[in-house]
Amino acid sequence: MRTFLLRRLLFAVISFFGATLLMFGLSLAAHDPRELLIPDQGYGITEDQWLALERAYGLDASPPVRYFKWIGGVLRGDFGKSISKPETVTELLMGKIGATMQIALGGWLFAMAVGLPVGVLAAVKRGKLIDIAARGFALGGLAIPNFWVGIMLILLFAVQLQWLPSGTRPADFSFKHFIMPSITLGWPAAAGLMRLTRSSMLEIMDSEHVVLARAKGVTNNWVIWKHAFRNSLVVPLTSIVFLLAGLMNGAIIVESVFGWPGIGLMASSQAVLSNDLPIMMGAVTMFVIFYLTAALLADLLYAVIDPRIRYS
Amino acid sequence: MTQDISQPDQATTGPRRFKLTWRQLRRYPIFPILILSLMVFLGIFGPTLAPHDPERANIRELRVPPAWLEGGSFDHVLGTDEVGRDVFSRVMYGARISLMVAGVSVTVGFVAGTALGLVAGYYGGYVDEVIMRIVDVWNALPFLMVALVAVIIFQPSVQLVLALLALIAWAGFVRVVRAQVLTLRGLEYVQHARVSGARTRRIIWRHIFPGVINTAIVVATLNVGGLILAEAALSFLGAGIPRPTPAWGLMVADGKDWLTSAWWISVFPGIAIFLTVMSLNFMGDWMRDRFDPRLRQL
Repeated sequence: MRTFLLRRLLFAVISFFGATLLMFGLSLAAHDPRELLIPDQGYGITEDQWLALERAYGLDASPPVRYFKWIGGVLRGDFGKSISKPETVTELLMGKIGATMQIALGGWLFAMAVGLPVGVLAAVKRGKLIDIAARGFALGGLAIPNFWVGIMLILLFAVQLQWLPSGTRPADFSFKHFIMPSITLGWPAAAGLMRLTRSSMLEIMDSEHVVLARAKGVTNNWVIWKHAFRNSLVVPLTSIVFLLAGLMNGAIIVESVFGWPGIGLMASSQAVLSNDLPIMMGAVTMFVIFYLTAALLADLLYAVIDPRIRYS
Repeated sequence: MTQDISQPDQATTGPRRFKLTWRQLRRYPIFPILILSLMVFLGIFGPTLAPHDPERANIRELRVPPAWLEGGSFDHVLGTDEVGRDVFSRVMYGARISLMVAGVSVTVGFVAGTALGLVAGYYGGYVDEVIMRIVDVWNALPFLMVALVAVIIFQPSVQLVLALLALIAWAGFVRVVRAQVLTLRGLEYVQHARVSGARTRRIIWRHIFPGVINTAIVVATLNVGGLILAEAALSFLGAGIPRPTPAWGLMVADGKDWLTSAWWISVFPGIAIFLTVMSLNFMGDWMRDRFDPRLRQL
């Protein structure tokens, strides 16, 4: 158990440095960030001021030194300076992370509320109408582009029926504003979770201990909930931890459809238009950290739930 | 796999006939194949068949509705967009972009991923460890964000989209192929080949690769749909195919601001993406069940 977790922890650390190194290497191919501030050395800037800017952004050091400076800052929670804005990258990200987490949470709750029960139901009523409907739902979730779902929901519920607001998050909490973004973000996740739950439930329903329980004369409901359901949850439960990290990343699209003021919207609109690389590097690094933490948590959860993992 | 052929004559009439058709439809993915054939056909012949130039704006025909609505005409069957371009022609051209991008990237991913999976599985040890850790790093990267970074550094272009998609495609192959190689490597016929003096390259290429190729093809089919979705999402964010090229994702993004007055600009390209990806997913599922049912968990 301990070696298993230590090994996983080591992998996570390696992945973190690998991913950040990769991003840093990519950023070296970028233009001199000073040119974004002062196009073609215009505005009467002197050579001294130009060099002062180089020092201010830490561009005068060699690439390895810059990497370690940057990564050292990241580990202390300092993601560096933004080019286009007066705030630091950390301040900018912290200002936006709340909205992204909220929408990811909304999608996550939708995915669980739909994926888990429908998956179980589809497995129990295999081949029946509910199973077919559930499979249709899953097929759609995995084939319909996310952004288009959002736009179609807006077209239907905001433009035609005028039941729901078409966008953005208001200053104070409002459930109505969460409905469409959560569904848009959560549908593919719900589809994946549903398929996973269904197949793992079907597998358990065929296993010997369930057959034995039936042979003993245990009632159908008892078999399903006590013998099959609890055991079938191992795989779906560990995957939902991953799901939350994945949804934060996927939130970029939903944020851009609904004008949701999160990290994704900042990244896709402002940072790209103003070519603010430090913000983007900070956002990528942050998501990498979320993902790796989620992966570790999933492993831990797996080991706690399924004793077979602990001893292998 | 069993088929009732004892009474072939009765099968051709009445409800029996309907049942038989239904069974055939379930056994072979006929609709997905039809849709995909149509898309491939459009991808190849779209430019000659399209009624209008997909990139030519026309200020006198802005946001003309589809033919069946009031004010529409059969000149523009699916209407025109916000600068007067023919939506139908653009959807036809879009098939070409989507299929080309997905096809190229999945092929690159297939070759690179399968090769790395073969090497990792066959050699094991440090080689295996290094390759698998690279795959781990890859999985940890938030793809859309990284793509946005790449777009800042290199300007958006079709080549960049191809590169980005190929870069996400390969990782999916490695783990599955590697697992397959691990089982094959222990089998007797491979041991025999080694004992009889076959070189490593020959063993991998002649004895192990044929056992892996089915799996890899199934993985490829299962992944193509996702790649098309990824390309559409990138284009939607403005980080994919540059304007004014008619890419489906771009068209949906362009129509987004006209939902109240001209819904058709966004709706039809979305349907095209949906139909294509769903057909590909169906094909993937079908091929998996047919050739490699062990992959069910994918």
